[in-house]
Amino acid sequence: MITDSNEKLLLEGLAKDDKTAIETIYKQNYNTIQAFVLNNNGSVDDARDLFQEAIIVLYEKAKRDDFELSCQIKTYLYSVTRRLWLKKLQSQQRFSGEISHVAEVVPVEDELERHNQKAQEFEMMEKALNGLGEPCKSLLEAYYLQKRNMEEIAGNFGYTNANNAKNQKYKCLMRLKKIFFAQYKNED
Amino acid sequence: MEELQLLEAVERYLSGEMTPEEVRNFEQLRKSDPSVDQMVVQHSMFLHQLTGFGENRSLKHNLHNIHQQLLQNGDIKEVQPKAKVVSFLKKYRKVLAAAACIAGVIALSISGLVAYLTPKRTISEIEQLKRELYSVKVSQKQTQNEINSFKNGSFRPPASGFGGTGFLIDGKGYIVTSAHVVAKSDSVYVLSKDNYYKAAIVIADENTDIAILKIIDGRFQPYKNLPYAIHKGSSDLGESIFTLGFPRTEMVYNQGYLSAKTGYKGDSSAYQITISVNPGNSGGPIFNEAGEVIGVLSGKQTTAEGVVFSSRAKNITKILEEAKKADSSNNIKLNYVSSLKKMDRKQQVKKIEDCIFNVLSY
Repeated sequence: MITDSNEKLLLEGLAKDDKTAIETIYKQNYNTIQAFVLNNNGSVDDARDLFQEAIIVLYEKAKRDDFELSCQIKTYLYSVTRRLWLKKLQSQQRFSGEISHVAEVVPVEDELERHNQKAQEFEMMEKALNGLGEPCKSLLEAYYLQKRNMEEIAGNFGYTNANNAKNQKYKCLMRLKKIFFAQYKNED
Repeated sequence: MEELQLLEAVERYLSGEMTPEEVRNFEQLRKSDPSVDQMVVQHSMFLHQLTGFGENRSLKHNLHNIHQQLLQNGDIKEVQPKAKVVSFLKKYRKVLAAAACIAGVIALSISGLVAYLTPKRTISEIEQLKRELYSVKVSQKQTQNEINSFKNGSFRPPASGFGGTGFLIDGKGYIVTSAHVVAKSDSVYVLSKDNYYKAAIVIADENTDIAILKIIDGRFQPYKNLPYAIHKGSSDLGESIFTLGFPRTEMVYNQGYLSAKTGYKGDSSAYQITISVNPGNSGGPIFNEAGEVIGVLSGKQTTAEGVVFSSRAKNITKILEEAKKADSSNNIKLNYVSSLKKMDRKQQVKKIEDCIFNVLSY
């Protein structure tokens, strides 16, 4: 659906967390979005947070297997920001019934719902990791998030060998799972 | 302890670190023990969650860094809004909200009223612009009236049936209108100023939506010359046009422009024009600035705003040839030289208006 091959490259880059791609998207869109937020009673901080969240929504969308963007990146980012800002205003009861309309919007409700669901799960994961304590937290992060290998980790964390580190990692992982799923059940 | 080993097995299985033999054994175990199977599913979901969390965190971190860097390079600017504007907005927010509410209510009620009062359209996408004057059907009484009035010489046709517009193409009394205006009619009258004349359908072509009528009334005085001409070539996009017609019993003038060289769904025998017209304008001539007829108004698309179609003038020439073939007494001569060039619009209309007729079909 995207006719512009540049936009397609940018989105592919975004899905891979590519710095230059993100920088380009950022440069091309930030000022417009900021102007929109500022014009509708928002602050510079609001603008930054909303814009970054919109990029995350786009990133989540770009990573999906059935990904297809039927509009330009700027239209999508604007639509998401607009929706997010409206929601925020409503939740703070600051919404006065008017919000200026500067560009076309596309429907983003479903994706934002999915995004919210994800954000909640990430929050649970973060809580679980924080509740784990050291050295478990750093150990798991080194292996699962930073994808470092076991030998390196064993050296850094002062384990006698990789096998020891591995055993420790599994113990930590089991605890993490327990904390996480306990929260998961509570949420349900 | 056993749980720990199982977790290790599951993770090695998921990450593809197992030897083929181990995989076989493990899959066997997975089949025979549902709790193992459940653990595989659950762990796979958990790992997905964990990496997703990591990616999300790293992206947030990246975004933060990029923001700072772009800010430093001056690629983006953080501009505080002007305090005055904000305070003004804050001050009047309630008033604005109230005004917006009132405006909303009014808009809703007006649109509700409009929706309620708007007559329902036919399902067909092209609404032919014929005007149903009254829904009384042709009755015995009207036929009786007609016979009576013939005897009396001058008469006024009963006000019922369909109305459209027509225009002279030959001073002897030949009139062009839209085929759909006179379709399925058993008698046709044309009306100019205060005179009513009976007319007969010479030929009608539904495809190009053009019909030729002939005034068959002894009281009709032939015109020597017609002021306008029939345009021979094709017309250009954006050319300004105007029309005269009878959407009501008074003649109404409208102007617009040629918006496409083809008609509904690419019909090359028609033009698309943008002009405000109403039922009753059908069959009206479309003039260019030189006072040449470039088309005959045919219909508008109900699914789009301001889209009107016009049959091309060359269809008139075509249908005339057929009429001549069918009956050689139809010796119609078209005028190709307009005497209206370089006149202003008011004078053009004054000269033309005598040649435009309100076509009534019963």
